[in-house]
Amino acid sequence: MNKVVTIEEAISHIEDGMSIMIGGFLSCGTPCKLVDALVEKGVKDLTIISNDTGFVDSGVGKLVVNKQVKTLYASHIGTNKETGNQMNAGEMEVHLVPQGTLAEQIRAAGAGLGGFLTPTGVGTVIEEGKEKKEIDGVTYLLEKPLKADVALLLGHKVDKKGNIVYRGSTRTFNTVMATAADLVIVEAENIVEVGEIDQNEVVTPGIFVDYIVGGDK
Amino acid sequence: MDKKERKAFIAKRVAKELHDGDVVNLGIGLPTMVANYVPEGMDVTFQSENGFVGLGPAPEEGKEDKDIINAGGMPVTIKEGGVFFDSATSFGIIRGGHVDMTVLGALQVDGKGNLANWMIPGKMVPGMGGAMDLVVGAKKVIVAMEHTVKGNPKILKECNLPLTAAGEVDLIITEMGVMEVTDKGLVLTEINPEFTVEDVKNATEAELIVADDLKKMEA
Repeated sequence: MNKVVTIEEAISHIEDGMSIMIGGFLSCGTPCKLVDALVEKGVKDLTIISNDTGFVDSGVGKLVVNKQVKTLYASHIGTNKETGNQMNAGEMEVHLVPQGTLAEQIRAAGAGLGGFLTPTGVGTVIEEGKEKKEIDGVTYLLEKPLKADVALLLGHKVDKKGNIVYRGSTRTFNTVMATAADLVIVEAENIVEVGEIDQNEVVTPGIFVDYIVGGDK
Repeated sequence: MDKKERKAFIAKRVAKELHDGDVVNLGIGLPTMVANYVPEGMDVTFQSENGFVGLGPAPEEGKEDKDIINAGGMPVTIKEGGVFFDSATSFGIIRGGHVDMTVLGALQVDGKGNLANWMIPGKMVPGMGGAMDLVVGAKKVIVAMEHTVKGNPKILKECNLPLTAAGEVDLIITEMGVMEVTDKGLVLTEINPEFTVEDVKNATEAELIVADDLKKMEA
């Protein structure tokens, strides 16, 4: 099967009201071309799951500024004042999640787990409404898995089967998000032939990837 | 001391808590300055929550790599022997007790080791980022900050802002002194000779126990 498609074709599967995971940390490792295409397409009422909302003029932040986000799951929103404005105005529902919990919720969903127990958040507002369990004298919160309709990833080098090699600190949430969505689209900085990536170097196996876009570098 | 000197003094004192071989995570702002004062010959590995160990200094101008940033989004470098990984591994390292020490700032901290540093309801809600995981997971938690804000105490009897974590802070280091969180309460173990014990008590809302062997704070 051919996974390499145009950005337009890849995002034609994304509709109003869908939940979308977007990789990256403060725009580093974020598939910015895919995000820009979503801004242009104007799909709305989205649920976005990402570490942060980037900046007003880059990464996930542009979707916020364009008022396409209805619900947000993120660990940090301080670098994009528009997110705070829409949250305070009641225009967007924001769920702030500790970063390690967010990563593990996504990992759990992709790994077929019903949740996990974490000490993070015990004794804080994060524990409200959550089941607590004591294991060997330590108190943990039960956190549930988090999945999405779509995941948008950034890969540095991607072969035509979708095997991904990352560069620098861009891995971030891309690896776990690849496993936790029904439709997975990777924006490749470089698309290479199958066999050009050493099997030992692949970080995200191509079996998780549905579509590959980009590759103009 | 002016503000800049105060911050450098605090960072230098925090650096004395480092041990050879430690894996350390530094928060944004003042805590980041601790990296400038690692004692000569000591091998300390800095962790960056966004996904690597071996965090190095800022690159020279013009040599920035857009793919290598720190948790504050600033371009940084990675040292030889450093390793990149994903967020799940990064927080496995953090929660799993593989970070020996974390240094963070605080909006409020109290005598029971409670820390509030992630939101002021109705005013500022940036989110907790990785702070909740770090404070729970790191073996030693140091709060490094100026002792007061606009003359008001930040070391309180009890935090009244939403907590980052309950009872996880081990040590508080300010320009006035070093305070240890113990079962009995907050113990002043070192004092900056520029201040008297009375000065420190006046600038602190929490009850302070003065250590029998109170030492001079040196940076």
